[in-house]
Amino acid sequence: MDFKNVRFTKDHEWVRLDGGDEVTVGITDFASGELGDIVYVELPKVGAGVSASQSMGTIEAVKTVADLFAPVSGVVSAVNGALEQGPDLVNKDPFGDGWFVRVKMTKRAEFDALMDHAAYQEMIGK
Amino acid sequence: MTKLGKTPLYDVHLAAGARMVPFAGFEMPVSYTGLIEEHTAVRERVGLFDASHMGEFIVSGPDTWAYLDRVVTNDCSKLAADGVLYTVMCRENGTVVDDLLVAKIADDRAMVVVNASNIDKDFAYMKALLRGKVELENASDAWALIAVQGPKAHETVKATPMLSTIRAEVDSVLYYRWRSFVVDGERFVVSRTGYTGERGFEIFVPPARARELWGQLMAAGAPFGVVPAGLGARDTLRFEACLCLYGHELDDEATPLEAGLNWLVKLNKPDFVGRAALAAEKERGSRKTLAGFELEGRNIARQGYAVMRGESVVGRVTSGTFAPTLKKSLCLAYVDADSIDAELAIQVRTNTVPARRAPIPFYPSRARE
Repeated sequence: MDFKNVRFTKDHEWVRLDGGDEVTVGITDFASGELGDIVYVELPKVGAGVSASQSMGTIEAVKTVADLFAPVSGVVSAVNGALEQGPDLVNKDPFGDGWFVRVKMTKRAEFDALMDHAAYQEMIGK
Repeated sequence: MTKLGKTPLYDVHLAAGARMVPFAGFEMPVSYTGLIEEHTAVRERVGLFDASHMGEFIVSGPDTWAYLDRVVTNDCSKLAADGVLYTVMCRENGTVVDDLLVAKIADDRAMVVVNASNIDKDFAYMKALLRGKVELENASDAWALIAVQGPKAHETVKATPMLSTIRAEVDSVLYYRWRSFVVDGERFVVSRTGYTGERGFEIFVPPARARELWGQLMAAGAPFGVVPAGLGARDTLRFEACLCLYGHELDDEATPLEAGLNWLVKLNKPDFVGRAALAAEKERGSRKTLAGFELEGRNIARQGYAVMRGESVVGRVTSGTFAPTLKKSLCLAYVDADSIDAELAIQVRTNTVPARRAPIPFYPSRARE
């Protein structure tokens, strides 16, 4: 993955600017590794409004459960339906087929304030 | 927090790419390649577990068996010369101090295997109960423990050079029996026990030989698809087979009767610690009981989640996960006896998820086969 247009949250989510004000959201390979085998993902509905830092879904792994946080405020424009049958896609390809949702942002400044790749790598001690 | 202990296999785990976590005072591998993959390998083929964190006590002296029969609830007097017994030890009020294995080593000697998290508690408890001509020694540092579990466990053990002394006997070792032998002056104990619901062995080995044995087991098991398996898979395997885990189904507040371990409580043997309380509980019925549930959907019930009957909390989840072999969201929970047959739900964070009673064990053990 080219990380030029990608930002990261302290909750180990990646946020890719796809153009305009739409972003794609997923969790990092670090996060998917920490969670272990993911067996169920609860996603918001398309059209739902989400607020930055608020929970918008749930990630159930065999050993633990984690919230999926909205990295930015906006409206959910798409969800990855493939995760319903294949939640393990998140483990296999966290930056690709394992994406979670797309959000139409309402506050671009929230995206700009997130970490870049170098800062995130530093945070996880890489 | 004191410094974490390392088992003799620590470097082996790191080299295998294990994800290490603190557990019961040790740095232990929670998984290597992935929990579900390791779980499935044990169900279908064979897996190796490092269980060196477990505690081993040696009880010796002429009064060994009288002492142990007073400490534990099960009946040690019935033990065969090469027998192993699963049991609990209780307080006078019937609550569980720990669940443990008692292996008969000789007429005046036993090895007691206890949970890593309870080594200090158990030792102090057993020491306080010493009576007569009996000695208690904490030999936990004198043994490493490798579990070989799965349908191909026998083949793997038979193909392992260090275990060649017992090769001819491997197939005849009955469930809950052990064999011991000495190589180069060092004793090995191969016990037909385990914690997965599959056939297999637990091999007690001198710590200095553990890495060599692990390497040989991996090589011997390679044709059968052996994998190293971590604590994560150990937990999901034992969960499907509904084997109790101390800190979950068993704790300082639960009794063995509540946990459904009635078969471990021998009220007809001579007096033992907790007998009066357990006899009374049997008479009046247990206040709560351990039961299995299947959740609707794929939400997972975690330890501590409430069991709901309408608006009332009538129980607590002890363990729950999405069972890798059975592919269902299952949990074990303590439920108040008068609510056990009611319509129940599990409070999964903000969702109240209907739960259906599921017969336990969820996965019928194949360990005796």
